[in-house]
Amino acid sequence: MGFENIVFYVFAAIMVFSAFMVITVKNPVQASLFLVLTFFSCSAIWMLLEAEFLAITLVLVYVGAVMVLFLFVVMMLDINVARMRAAFMQYLPIGIAVLITMIAMMFMVVGGDHFGLEQVAAPARQAADYNNTRELGLVLYTVYVYPFEIAAVILLVAIVAAIALTLRRRPKTKYQNPDAQIAVKRDDRIRMVEMKAEEKK
Amino acid sequence: MIALSDYLTLAAIMFSLSVAGIFLNRKNIIIILMSIELMLLSVNINFVAFSHFLGDLSGQVFVFFILTVAAAEAAIGLAILVVLFRNKRTIDVDELDSMKG
Repeated sequence: MGFENIVFYVFAAIMVFSAFMVITVKNPVQASLFLVLTFFSCSAIWMLLEAEFLAITLVLVYVGAVMVLFLFVVMMLDINVARMRAAFMQYLPIGIAVLITMIAMMFMVVGGDHFGLEQVAAPARQAADYNNTRELGLVLYTVYVYPFEIAAVILLVAIVAAIALTLRRRPKTKYQNPDAQIAVKRDDRIRMVEMKAEEKK
Repeated sequence: MIALSDYLTLAAIMFSLSVAGIFLNRKNIIIILMSIELMLLSVNINFVAFSHFLGDLSGQVFVFFILTVAAAEAAIGLAILVVLFRNKRTIDVDELDSMKG
């Protein structure tokens, strides 16, 4: 068994284990941390597939941004774990049945009989000076430049939607209104009073 | 050598685990969102594996777009979740029945 196989099977085992933990642990914080572990081992497997740019992107975008977002939200909410767990045992038999059925069915399709090394030969490794990021960029900014711009618009929409959804004004909090502060006139603040000068005693 | 079927089987196991996760944790929206992320990840493994074995970079470009959409989806989903919790004080799926669906 070569080094490549060891790397693949170790990270695949970590990945399946942590994915299993994500759906079974009680605490949502632990679940999101196991999800981070899943993404890390998946990025290692993508490295093995010579998709270096995507592997790094997965760690940066998912572990760095999305999972931190998940953790923040999980910690902000007050979740009643006990009530959530009550349904867990109730749905356990059907969950296991679905799991086994789906794995068996998919394995019949994608197993070694159809996609083994005889059917799809493993490609030769790229040369040492192969630059995955450069190759991906060449395709992304020429053939796929229009979908790329649509992706940018989708991200913009997501930013606007997330802010618009969570923005709220509390009526009782005091805050400054810079518009009104700037627009204020001298006459709004000062009242001239005419009166006689008083004698000094 | 690792065959394409190994990667596809790994992705199939991940996908089935996330479907089972939706079944098991069907009261907890946060775990359901995490299961959806896992599903997208297993599809991405398929894309990257086929891209490698067929020598076509288009698969990796599509993974890039899926990552973008998944990030947007997670952000909006969590924002909806926060608004939901603010109004209802719960994220239990069974209590979200005001639309009588």
